[in-house]
Amino acid sequence: MGELPELLAIDAAMAVVVAWFAVGLAGLAALHNFSLVARVLFPLSAALSLALAGTALSALPGAPQTAVLAIGLPDLPFHLRLDALSAFFLALLGLASAGISVFAGGYFRRGEGTPPGLLCLHYHLFLVGMAMVMLADDAYAFMVTWELMALASFFLVTTNHRIAEIRRAGFLYLLVAHVGAIAILLCFGVLQANTGDYTFANMRAQNLSPFWSSCAFLLALFGFGAKAGILPLHVWLPEAHPAAPSPVSALMSGVMLKTAIYGMVRVNFDLLGSPLWWWGVAALSVGLATALFGVVFAAAQVDMKRLLAYSSIENVGLIVVGLGLAMVFAAYRMNSLAALAMVASLYHCLNHALFKSLLFLGTGSVLHATQERNLGKLGGLMRYMPFVAWTSLVGVVASAGLPPSNGFVSEWLLLQGFLFTGGLPNPYLRMLVPIFAAGVVLVAALAGYVMVKFFGVIFLGRPREDKLAQAHDAGWLERLGLAWLTAGCVLLGLFPVAVIEVIDPITYAFLGRGLAQSGRAGDWLLLAPVSAERASYSPILFLLVTAAIVAAAFVLVRRFYHGRLRRAAPWDCGHPMQTARMQDTAEGFGQPIRQIFEPFYRMHRELPTPFDAAPRYRVTVEDPLWAWVYLRIAAATEAVSRWVGMLQRGRISIYLLYSFLTLVALLFLTQA
Amino acid sequence: MSAFTSQVINLFASVLLLIAFAMLAQRRIVTLINLFAIQGMALVGSTLTVAWATGQHHLYWSAGITFVLKVVALPWILHRLIRRLNVKWDIETLINIPTMMLVGIVLVVFAFNLALPISEFSQSIARGTLGIALACVLMSFLMMITRSKAVPQVIGFLAMENGLFFAATSATYGMPMVVELGIALDVLVGMVILGVFMFQIREQFDSLDIHHLEKLKED
Amino acid sequence: MNLEGFLAQLVAMVVALVGAPLVMGWVNQCRAWLQNRRAPPLTMPFRTLHKLFWKESVVAHDASPIFRVTPYVVFGCMLLASLIVPTLSTNMPMAPAADAIALVGLFGVARLFISLAAMDIGTSFGTLGARREMLVGFLAEPAFLMVLFTASLISSSTSLATTVSALAHREFTILPSLAFAGLAFTMVSLAENARVPVDNPATHLELTMIHEALILEYSGRHLALIEWAASLKLFAYSCAGLAIFFPWGIAEANDHVALLWALPVLAMKLAIGGFLLALIETILAKMRIFRVPEFLATAFLLGVLAILVHLLLGA
Repeated sequence: MGELPELLAIDAAMAVVVAWFAVGLAGLAALHNFSLVARVLFPLSAALSLALAGTALSALPGAPQTAVLAIGLPDLPFHLRLDALSAFFLALLGLASAGISVFAGGYFRRGEGTPPGLLCLHYHLFLVGMAMVMLADDAYAFMVTWELMALASFFLVTTNHRIAEIRRAGFLYLLVAHVGAIAILLCFGVLQANTGDYTFANMRAQNLSPFWSSCAFLLALFGFGAKAGILPLHVWLPEAHPAAPSPVSALMSGVMLKTAIYGMVRVNFDLLGSPLWWWGVAALSVGLATALFGVVFAAAQVDMKRLLAYSSIENVGLIVVGLGLAMVFAAYRMNSLAALAMVASLYHCLNHALFKSLLFLGTGSVLHATQERNLGKLGGLMRYMPFVAWTSLVGVVASAGLPPSNGFVSEWLLLQGFLFTGGLPNPYLRMLVPIFAAGVVLVAALAGYVMVKFFGVIFLGRPREDKLAQAHDAGWLERLGLAWLTAGCVLLGLFPVAVIEVIDPITYAFLGRGLAQSGRAGDWLLLAPVSAERASYSPILFLLVTAAIVAAAFVLVRRFYHGRLRRAAPWDCGHPMQTARMQDTAEGFGQPIRQIFEPFYRMHRELPTPFDAAPRYRVTVEDPLWAWVYLRIAAATEAVSRWVGMLQRGRISIYLLYSFLTLVALLFLTQA
Repeated sequence: MSAFTSQVINLFASVLLLIAFAMLAQRRIVTLINLFAIQGMALVGSTLTVAWATGQHHLYWSAGITFVLKVVALPWILHRLIRRLNVKWDIETLINIPTMMLVGIVLVVFAFNLALPISEFSQSIARGTLGIALACVLMSFLMMITRSKAVPQVIGFLAMENGLFFAATSATYGMPMVVELGIALDVLVGMVILGVFMFQIREQFDSLDIHHLEKLKED
Repeated sequence: MNLEGFLAQLVAMVVALVGAPLVMGWVNQCRAWLQNRRAPPLTMPFRTLHKLFWKESVVAHDASPIFRVTPYVVFGCMLLASLIVPTLSTNMPMAPAADAIALVGLFGVARLFISLAAMDIGTSFGTLGARREMLVGFLAEPAFLMVLFTASLISSSTSLATTVSALAHREFTILPSLAFAGLAFTMVSLAENARVPVDNPATHLELTMIHEALILEYSGRHLALIEWAASLKLFAYSCAGLAIFFPWGIAEANDHVALLWALPVLAMKLAIGGFLLALIETILAKMRIFRVPEFLATAFLLGVLAILVHLLLGA
């Protein structure tokens, strides 16, 4: 058996990565051959994504596989490792990118900024970077691929680089990404504990003192938080996501944010070993603040992609809340509960990857059909783009966390985790954790508000502009991508037990516990994470009964009464004149939230007086953290630079004096 | 017996807490005074229960004093006062109400954890309620801080005394009689002084808004 | 899933379908009496439904399929909700399909669809109604969940059936946390069912209405289904409240005598609850729309407080 040259999953995964790279290069070769790039290369890449997802799923339950790749510096090869966690995130990457790549094939148009071939190269380098980050097994490989990912996505964000705003968004993104990367680098520096060996295997073996491990935790939270969009490092996200082309936004929001989550799980549960209890509380607090902030700002947005970007911040916050809860439980050795919270968190990663990609792609189709991103100028598109509308509706239900969608399952699991905190030994925690649960529930409910706004304003009502009547539905490649992601959302919602079985090896590896043996309760229909008496949920039964009632009601009403229907003008309480402009705008729909959460925002209102001849109402909502944190940092940097600038005298002899003084000081130091 | 009595005491304790929160959330002065009277009633109830369960006869006396003073006399004086001052309308709070209740919840968690080590040593049947008593004190304090009119501040002061009294009964079966009588007298006298004071404020500024007192400082 | 359970489930469904409009009629009757008016007959809601079903449905020209699907979806959700809540027995085959969180999710689905349908026609009142409905919903939903969580923590289960039998079977204890939860529940159910301090079910005054603004465009069988669904929602909420706070009289597994008793007991409890609801509606005045968030935030925080009190006092 041992003689047989088995094809290891890690080799297959590497093969996909190489193939992606080749596809990217092929794009570079066919720089301006649009139809080749769009109709052949992108669908090909989607097929590769599927292969990657299949490979990863098959490798998930198996033992970790390692490989060494002799590229890079002479004595510093890339160490690669495919374990359950990597496999899960690779599967996530594959599943989401399959839909996104197909869609991208139909999405990119001629003559938009970067030539199609170059775009193809950046896109695939981005995919390669993300896949390699998840495979990396030493700090060197991790950082190199992490930077590859950041750079490729920077070029993708600035595809339409002729627009100044987009250049600014790209710069901000690059800046925050690098600040984060420095923190991650320092974190690895702490983790290797002066051994000089930067492989993850060595980091796992180290036993750090609580002080140093806390340092590593905080650096990781900061570094990966910058990528994930955790408060207050989220500022790049609502700028970069709308600036990028929609498939790229989908990839960034759906998958790239998850690489940061991957990094957090890797460092906190794998490399650091057992967490301290206050790490969990820190992650819980930061995560909840992020989630609440994200959803409150999403409610106030008028640009559809910015709205989704803020909604991504919210979801990342929820994921981090789940990780924080898992850390709290793990710190007190309550490993089954830690596994429950971690499963909830990872499940939500997968869900968010699919439904947020779906929604971003939906906005892409809308954007192409109407040339409009402003919610105030959309409306009524359900009539003109039914396919996009219905698939988006699935994404909206999932994003609002409503049953029987996938979003509900992960929120359900998370809340179950919160309800079992009675056994925590720390009395403060025992009381604070239910308050966090209340916050999570509030966020979930607000997400519903945001999603009604998103869907209602874009797709329902009457078109707010005349040109919208010319909008056309998505093309077939785009439809294929949307359908794939929609199917993913539905299936993940309906078969949670199967998904949890897939996630189980991860929690087994880190916490020694899984949910499957108890979660199954002998019934694949019924999700019961602890026991059927404590809590159970069966989405299929749920859906079937609702569908049966709906069908029965439909048939019976027609059987006993009639099915007559008359079309007429809308009633609207008998108001004689109605125009499309009399519907709620996006600002109007978000107004109650703005009023309730007023202290959250920096708002500027321009109110008309009763005597204005041409009355004008304007409200702009800004992020207060930008002024409180970033502008202050910028001002401080400028002040420091001015001090440093005083060194510059413009006379050569003074510069020579500097060199001389430095030399003397160094000589003095060496002598001492 | 003791399980049931401690449940009853717990019930009174949570009514006390509920009223403390209701006071935080209440905008109207009249309702505020009524809430204060109900709080006094709950206090009487819990004191009577403790007295009955432990056979401490002096607690009957303190229950009686509480009833006369906090359920009958003080609310009556306050009602008369606001009629005379004509300040029945809504009161503005400095911080909006949900935020204030959120702070209140944080205070409850804090107070309970503060009281945890003390109540572990206590022998009283009502030791679990010490945290609630402390929370009531802190929340009344919060109410005094966040109200801008004089009358609610006085009510906050009185409610704070209620919390202290409850803490005393729950932790050590009440204070000695002399102390209790002294406090009762103090509260009554304090009330009268504050009443006179409020008339003076209004005469001076034509309003009971405490903001006007800021003008008294020397520039 | 045995035959007996199936039959019990079927009975529960019929009880919900018939009982819900009756509860609505009873509340209206009580309200009329309390306001010194002559009361409509108890079966008035049925007559209204029958009348509406016979009328033809008028639909706006540019209504999308969502508009026509929504009445059925909302009706389905509400009926399912009243099947999940243990009304007569805790031993129902549908009970494990959804727990307390899923129940709240179910109400959320109905809310999402009805709000979308209201926005579909593109009239100013429709969007206004949708916005207000979501405003009430996003605060009421967490508050309701907090109430359910309190009960879940006491019985250490989120399954409603387990919770109810745990609450009904314990020896008599006073649970102060349930007092808080009860208050929060009352506030939430008033808001969620469009009752007086938040919304007025009898009004058609544009500026004050919430629920009526949502369904302004519906007529005929669509309106009938939505009205029926609204009464089912009231029924489900009442039964959930009764099951948590007054769990006595709900039959256990394999207890046939109790199953017979359960119906009259439920009718009694609903009658008293309906009268109290009418009383509340008569005493209170409708509040301004911008006081509603404060009202609901108070309910939410009371729910949080209920959980805290449970943890503080261990009861």
